[in-house]
Amino acid sequence: MSTTPGGDANEPQPANPDGSDRMTRRQLLRHTAWFGAAVALAVTGGEVISHVAGSTGKSPAIATGPVLRFAQISDSHLGFHGGANGDVTATFQQAIEQVNALGYRPDFVMHTGDLTHLATPAQFDQVKQMMTALDTDHVFTVPGEHDSIDDAGQKYRAAFGAGSRGEGWYSLDIAGVHVIALVNTLNLRFLGHLGTDQIDFVRKDVAALSSDTPIVVFSHIPLFAMYPTWGWGTDDATQALSYLRRFSSVTCLNGHVHQLFTKTEGNVTFHSGTTTAYPLPHPGDGPAPKPVTLPAGRLHAALGIREVSYRKGQHALAIRDRALT
Amino acid sequence: MSCFLPRSLVTRALSALAAAAALTTLAACGSSRARPVAPAAAAPPAASPPSASPSMPSMTPPPSAAAGPAGAPVSSNAVMIQNFAFAAPTVIVKVGTTVTWTNGDEDPHTVTAIGGPFHSPTLTNGARFTYTFTTVGTFTYMCTIHPYMHGSVVVVAR
Repeated sequence: MSTTPGGDANEPQPANPDGSDRMTRRQLLRHTAWFGAAVALAVTGGEVISHVAGSTGKSPAIATGPVLRFAQISDSHLGFHGGANGDVTATFQQAIEQVNALGYRPDFVMHTGDLTHLATPAQFDQVKQMMTALDTDHVFTVPGEHDSIDDAGQKYRAAFGAGSRGEGWYSLDIAGVHVIALVNTLNLRFLGHLGTDQIDFVRKDVAALSSDTPIVVFSHIPLFAMYPTWGWGTDDATQALSYLRRFSSVTCLNGHVHQLFTKTEGNVTFHSGTTTAYPLPHPGDGPAPKPVTLPAGRLHAALGIREVSYRKGQHALAIRDRALT
Repeated sequence: MSCFLPRSLVTRALSALAAAAALTTLAACGSSRARPVAPAAAAPPAASPPSASPSMPSMTPPPSAAAGPAGAPVSSNAVMIQNFAFAAPTVIVKVGTTVTWTNGDEDPHTVTAIGGPFHSPTLTNGARFTYTFTTVGTFTYMCTIHPYMHGSVVVVAR
């Protein structure tokens, strides 16, 4: 990972309640979260768009290629020891190297949780160090329930929560796309849970945005009912998503389920991502979501990384899932 | 992108949802750039756990057995954690009894009272947690890592 001082159209911008284009560095620091030095410049593929999120949308769309490209990795479970994957560190390292070999430099990389298996300080330290090797300006995270065992996410936030709000959530604008990172792994009773404070954050966060602003929402646990029997859903997601209904493009990206799945409901498309560690059963396949031990030589095909790109003027983000090589 | 739909899931989806909604789901699965072709038509599943519906976009109706521990209470001071479930899910003990939980799963679990007095550390495979119940009452607990795992201890007078 590297950082370059400066600012430009692809510099992540915090959500600005008054809808204006630019904001101070202090605002940027306060509202966003990433590793290391906070400010970076990332111009994708040499293309520069002419305005940023929150503007009137009157600027001409001049980009011909993607204006935003990012990668998603998930569920690395550093510290896991079991037959399903004898070396989760090695497969996570391979995933990092695969992101770095995409052929372009992603504007950011998001890890959608379960960075660690047992939320120990050593595991947090290890995953944080390993992710510094990602060749991108920004590494973002959301916590998984494995990252918030016993302490309501305190150790997670100590490691990754700089600049976040509430119990670790945040938002930012980058290249005309509004990104919301949610925490739905705390105060659980059966399913994922957001809570009233976070739902209110979402309401206020998008209030000033133009309805044609593409929205990307990250969470660990799915925001749709993928399989509630195994806890694969979020009990109060509908209320949060209700504030996004007026937007023409909403993309929700999650981890947790260790497998690919896509579903569209109205204006919202949900994409569950795979894992860098080990597969879980398909919904309802067996008694429990226990790690699946695959025949020799087949593990890598079940693991992978995700590429996401956005082109100006297109409603849907393009998503490409790649198996671990 | 790749996308799976298990046969059992397809069967459930088709039986539970309007055909148009199911087709919309399948169509969306076939293309990473698919746009919704119809408003969400998936009705809230009738058999959802109370916390799962209608407050969440739905995909598939879960079995009704999902809501909380099932089975008759058992007189025992030992609870096994196996296949992501507490066995027995409800135990009855006399006041003063020490109950022992043992994690038989490869995955970690916790034994965490809901608003109550005990909270185990993370139990790895083979690890045990004990708690002595000194007051009469019903104590419900869960695994904070897998919050759909619930159990209870009913403490009765000697």
